[in-house]
Amino acid sequence: MAAWHDNDDVVISLRGIVNRFGPQVVHDGVDLDVKRGEVMGIVGGSGAGKSVLLRTIIGLNRPAAGTIRVLGKSMLDLSDAERRRIEERWGVLFQSGALFSSLTVEENIEAPIKEHTDIPAPLREEIAELKIRLVGLPANAGAKYPSELSGGMKKRAGLARALALDPEILFLDEPTAGLDPIGAAEFDELIKSLQKSLGLTVVMVTHDLDSLAAICDRIAVLVDKKVKVGTLAELERDPHPWIKAYFHGPRARAAGIDRAAEAVPAN
Amino acid sequence: MPETGWLKPDSGTEGVRWRFGGDWTLAHATVLDRAVGSLKGGAGALTFDLSGLEALDTVGAWLITRAAEQAEEAGSRIAWVEPPADFRPLFERVFEAKPEPLRPERKRVLFVDWLADLGAATEQVVRESADLLAFFGSLVETFVRLAARPTRLRVTSVIFHIERTGLNALPIVGMISFLVGVVLAFQGADQLRRFGAQVFTINMVGISVLREMGILLTAIVVAGRSGSAFTAEIGAMQVNEEVDALRVTGLDPMEVLVAPRVIALVIALPLLTFFADIMGLLGGGIMSVALVDVSFAQYWRLLNNAVGLNTFLVGIIKAPVFAILISLVGCFEGLRVSGSAESVGRLTTRSVVESIFLVIIFDALFSILFSYLGY
Repeated sequence: MAAWHDNDDVVISLRGIVNRFGPQVVHDGVDLDVKRGEVMGIVGGSGAGKSVLLRTIIGLNRPAAGTIRVLGKSMLDLSDAERRRIEERWGVLFQSGALFSSLTVEENIEAPIKEHTDIPAPLREEIAELKIRLVGLPANAGAKYPSELSGGMKKRAGLARALALDPEILFLDEPTAGLDPIGAAEFDELIKSLQKSLGLTVVMVTHDLDSLAAICDRIAVLVDKKVKVGTLAELERDPHPWIKAYFHGPRARAAGIDRAAEAVPAN
Repeated sequence: MPETGWLKPDSGTEGVRWRFGGDWTLAHATVLDRAVGSLKGGAGALTFDLSGLEALDTVGAWLITRAAEQAEEAGSRIAWVEPPADFRPLFERVFEAKPEPLRPERKRVLFVDWLADLGAATEQVVRESADLLAFFGSLVETFVRLAARPTRLRVTSVIFHIERTGLNALPIVGMISFLVGVVLAFQGADQLRRFGAQVFTINMVGISVLREMGILLTAIVVAGRSGSAFTAEIGAMQVNEEVDALRVTGLDPMEVLVAPRVIALVIALPLLTFFADIMGLLGGGIMSVALVDVSFAQYWRLLNNAVGLNTFLVGIIKAPVFAILISLVGCFEGLRVSGSAESVGRLTTRSVVESIFLVIIFDALFSILFSYLGY
């Protein structure tokens, strides 16, 4: 387990991550590998440290111990310039979009392109418009300010900004939280189709059992300060009480997960 | 290592064959944009050969899609040679999402737009003034109701705000008044010496501190300190939907949030002004003793001759009015916060500017009034 997976297929590799805030230990030796082109869901109870884990991977939180390798580079040892080159290759969608409120949607999407490339303004605008279309926003959304958008549109605009530099990895923090079930299903659909067509690797923190069932290839469950990784079918057979409660609770049954689980042993 | 994207024409029997190859990605977008610009359409057949692509992202796919479209518009028929299978979904996705033709933008006429902006700004000022007046009206109404049932007044809250706006402001207000007293005496003595009328420095310090400086400086400091705090506190509650929660619980925000703050400031500001007056006179006194050649006892006597009780009253009587202005604007702007955290910052700045502006306007009005009354 401790061996490095240094092949091309593993884009994110965490080993022995420890996070603590004061006396409270959130992660105690988390190991996680994310393969190229997969959708990895991170789940766990409230306060289990899902968002902290995500923030640790993208460098907003420095772990107390452990190593993080992204795209073959050890993130904690890189110089600032090298870090920036890696950061260009991922995009992040924060929970409520985190759009810059003083910029229009179009300017929000152009901001990372402006910062990281020397693409001339007309082409930049075309790219921004294209991204707006890719995430399914109406054309007139580009000129609007974030405060004029609904929650669902903000998330789409945030996704467009995350995709601005055509990243290889996409990080999503609770992408469907706060959306109605129809909007959430559409957003799941959008992520799945973008992931397929753009060849993205997706890491998403989620509470949404429907999302897990619909789009995640593998799931990392945060329990007892560590992670357990598996496909949905594998985790459903896990004896751990929290995982059992999670995948066999009434909401899991409503999402159709439980039925799928019962069908598995029958085969 | 894949190479930078390239685009090469081959002239063949069936029209020009454009071969696309290498890396068509964001990193090379500027070069590729220029390369695609050289691709001229025209009547006849074109072939787009994408079989040489090695890397592709949405930007590359967009540039190729756009080139094809422009060529088609110019009358070309395009035959495609498929890209490597991996890139097919990306192409389809970008093709589906290709932007609509640009909508024509409205032409801006400088002068007319400027006039329209001016009109809109004027309308906004008028409307906001009316809103502030309405807010004052509902505050008066709240006080009438509170007068009928005084037990509903939140005494704890009033005392808490007196402590925060009054007691905690003592050091800064005292310090500023003391220094202004010092500066007034210093400048006054310097100028009056030319007429041999140095002794009138004391009259000047006494009258200007008591009538204007004490109250004006205190009001400005309090507007910056407490008016902004009122806006920020109430604004944060507004963002948190706490104000809405108050309303649905059957509590009146005017009664719970606004009234205690107004009452507290109406009590605190006159007291602060009194303190500022004393500190100002003290500063002026120390400077007079140092420069004008009077003892402290003489300063005291000369001051007593120069100013009467009415000089002090003319200053202090403005304090409750300014207190109402500052707390009114602070609470009004706080309640106008809508949703975003950004608006809290904007309205806090506004509240300070507005309340200082109103304080100075009212100070001028008081001056006119007192000169009519002969004080």
